[in-house]
Amino acid sequence: MSNPVSAVRRYARAAAACCFAAAALSVHSAAHADELVVSAAASLTNAFRTMATAFEKTHPNTQVVLNLGASDVLLQQILNGAPADVFASADETAMDKAVDGKAVIPNTRRDFATNSLVMIVPADSRLPVRSVREALMLPQVKHVALGNPASVPAGRYAKAALEHEGVWDVVSSKAVLAGNVRESLDYVARGEAEAGFVFSTDAAMMPQAVKVAASVPTQKPVTYPIALVHGSAHAADAKAFAEFVLSPQGQAILAKYGFMPPAQH
Amino acid sequence: MQDAWIPLALSLKVASWATALDLLFGVAAALALARWRSGARDVVDALLTLPLVMPPTVLGYYLLVLLGRRGPIGAWLDTFGVRLVFTWEGAVIASMIAAFPLVLKSARAAFEATDPQLEHAARTLGLSETAIFFRVTLPLAARGILAGALLSFARALGEFGATLMLAGNLPGRTQTLSVAVYSAVQAGDDHTANVLVLVTSVVCVTVLLVAGRLVPQHTLSTSR
Repeated sequence: MSNPVSAVRRYARAAAACCFAAAALSVHSAAHADELVVSAAASLTNAFRTMATAFEKTHPNTQVVLNLGASDVLLQQILNGAPADVFASADETAMDKAVDGKAVIPNTRRDFATNSLVMIVPADSRLPVRSVREALMLPQVKHVALGNPASVPAGRYAKAALEHEGVWDVVSSKAVLAGNVRESLDYVARGEAEAGFVFSTDAAMMPQAVKVAASVPTQKPVTYPIALVHGSAHAADAKAFAEFVLSPQGQAILAKYGFMPPAQH
Repeated sequence: MQDAWIPLALSLKVASWATALDLLFGVAAALALARWRSGARDVVDALLTLPLVMPPTVLGYYLLVLLGRRGPIGAWLDTFGVRLVFTWEGAVIASMIAAFPLVLKSARAAFEATDPQLEHAARTLGLSETAIFFRVTLPLAARGILAGALLSFARALGEFGATLMLAGNLPGRTQTLSVAVYSAVQAGDDHTANVLVLVTSVVCVTVLLVAGRLVPQHTLSTSR
């Protein structure tokens, strides 16, 4: 019988060797691909996943890491030092804040897509919708899902449109504030909210669960700007990605998901 | 400062209700487990302790699926007009389930630590089982149960993940302190976040101080 203490020592040494090998191998493989961190608005989730895959095919040495969420939240991360290389927001307000906070390089800012705001209801809803204003005042509409206007572009567009219609006070008392536009979509899809405000491209992602009750004209066109982050360690790759998004191939990918081209100036 | 009062009041209301319900169900379950002689006892105990180890978002998701309008329990409740999603009652349910194991564990330990001789003595003196529980067992276990209740209150006060998923972020209705902090940080409103965090910290320290007074710490020295 071998000494149990020396057996434990042998196993410990073997385990340590394995850990070192694993660590060394993982560092080795990371050194091959350049990582590009793209912080993009939640409504761009599906389009940008396809975009990232297409970009990686034409740029084999770059790996795109997508960071998705509400535009303002993504900006907060960047302002607090998060290592993002590209920032794509769902409205100009978020990008304006980014420029003011010196988070992005101002002359790299470009509009790359436009979208439209819609009011959705659960697919099996029998709510009579003659107009957005009337529908939201109905007593059977108890919860209206929309992004928190303080941090979500879709929520800002919705609030502005509802203020214009004169129903913001009624809606804000029934509002369920979502952390991002996809959460609003989820609340309506689950039937927990009787109505909600998302982009038409978001509604198109869940045709079985939600239906568009009305399109909502916005005070400003729903525009998506993209810009390069200040102090990025992968400036060349970041520029290549932004250019890819604006290229015919990138625009075709966005069109596939229902986005419209940016306004021509 | 006004921004903090409503979330604070809501947090205290939700945590108080959750703790009260936890005491009711926790003590009952603990008594049953302490007295039950069976192999299945450990399995049941593990299942009831699950909310303690489960990630709050997983717990929140389970609750949303079960209690949502389309879920099995939620649809049944809907026929009575009872909605749990996006309501403070839903927040209470989420906090209650998250904090339940704390009362269960403490109460069970307290019951198992009571000397059965004292209960036997009460029986020989002719007391009914109910009277024995309320006049002998419960007073003996009170300190342990109280400690569990305070832990449960603190846990319910800080509940976030499951609450956010089930009750959502509805200012004035389900926006508890922890949800309000999250919301303020997301909006980049550091001023409000700072005020809320300060209020939360003061409340937590107060709870701990009260806990320290009510449940005296046993010192190492044997003589006083």
